[in-house]
Amino acid sequence: MNVDSIRDGIVIDHIAAGCGMKLYRLLGLENLEAPVAMITNVVSGKMGRKDIIKVDAAIDVDLDIIGYVDPGATVNIICDGELKEKKRIEMPEKLVNVLFCKNPRCISSCEQELDQVFCLTDRAKKEYRCAWCETKASNI
Amino acid sequence: MARSVIDVPDLTKEELDQLMDTAEDIIARPDDYADACRRKKLATLFFEPSTRTRLSFEAAMYELGGNVLSVTGANSSSAAKGESVADTAKTVSCYADIIAMRHPKEGAASVAARNASVPVINAGDGGHCHPTQTLADLLTIRREKGRLGNLTVGLCGDLKFGRTVHSLLNAMSRYEGLRFVLISPEELKVPSYVKSDALKKKGIPYTQTENLEEVIGDLDILYMTRVQRERFFNEEDYLRLRDSYILTPEKMKKARDDLSVMHPLPRVNEISVAVDDDPRACYFKQVLNGKYMRMALILMLLGLKGGTQA
Repeated sequence: MNVDSIRDGIVIDHIAAGCGMKLYRLLGLENLEAPVAMITNVVSGKMGRKDIIKVDAAIDVDLDIIGYVDPGATVNIICDGELKEKKRIEMPEKLVNVLFCKNPRCISSCEQELDQVFCLTDRAKKEYRCAWCETKASNI
Repeated sequence: MARSVIDVPDLTKEELDQLMDTAEDIIARPDDYADACRRKKLATLFFEPSTRTRLSFEAAMYELGGNVLSVTGANSSSAAKGESVADTAKTVSCYADIIAMRHPKEGAASVAARNASVPVINAGDGGHCHPTQTLADLLTIRREKGRLGNLTVGLCGDLKFGRTVHSLLNAMSRYEGLRFVLISPEELKVPSYVKSDALKKKGIPYTQTENLEEVIGDLDILYMTRVQRERFFNEEDYLRLRDSYILTPEKMKKARDDLSVMHPLPRVNEISVAVDDDPRACYFKQVLNGKYMRMALILMLLGLKGGTQA
């Protein structure tokens, strides 16, 4: 399968197979007018299978979202058809307005303009908890 | 942003010890603290019902010579008009020197603290935190036992949803030589993340059992909580276990003479009234100790001293 290489844009590579669509949705890529390629189940020497997202536009992506979904992913910035920068991703300590607390008793369910903040509480288990009520984030 | 206390981990172990020292000094020399908060105002914002906690805060401030501004019930405040917690905190900061707030929403006190320009004390935010109850518990244990370490502490009842239990576990896990006995039905065990944070990571030994009578003889402290019918998945289990978590004079016969029985109150039926006359019952002393710890906390957050510290 061939997908044209991009001139100016980003390639999110080494996404764990099956996580690509989740990233696509959370990054809001469906709202872009630029071409976006979502490639799933690509054969990978290191990972067995992986997903790749190619965006044919120089956009800013929220690295925290990528770090939350898959800290093993890499982000390649492409300029004039050349690799300009390769970013390694880490699991973010804090997520703001990415996850939403499902606890109906949480103050974030009713307080006006209060950010939805989740903090990393267990790196090994990839566990985030609401900064307000400490409810564990459910998988998205 | 002023220094606030939303949860027990907001206080270091040294600060906990200092608060208990201050409380002990207040108990020994109350007159020396009678004017410590003169011209200071405490606002008690209670957006859900409370008897002990609100009165305890208000009594604490009056005994420090301060004044109290009080809001009770969401219906009697601007919250009824839809005012946010953030705006309420900013507004009340203009009138009071310190705020004690109870709110049904979890995390509300944290939002208030971020927006108030005066210290905020969390007087309970839903089922989340109730740090001043834990302060009362710690002082009670220290006064009854003379120490907070080297104790076998039994926690009995609803250990899953009981916020006072989780908070006490976290606070006590900072002291040495403790052993916990967790007594609860299967459905109401301490959540694994609480065990992990408070016990396993710190290497604190604990055992879990469903049977209070089997272990009551091993305990220095028995901290009772209420087992509520609605927490069970089926009625049969509730009926089967209900009576085993009611503390009676018969069960107390198996306990040591130096056991201290505690309860955060309100009690419904989990401790028989007949136990109240037992010298080992400490739950009403806990109420009184709560007032002294709230006095100490108000002084600390206002940066004031009294008694021998003045």
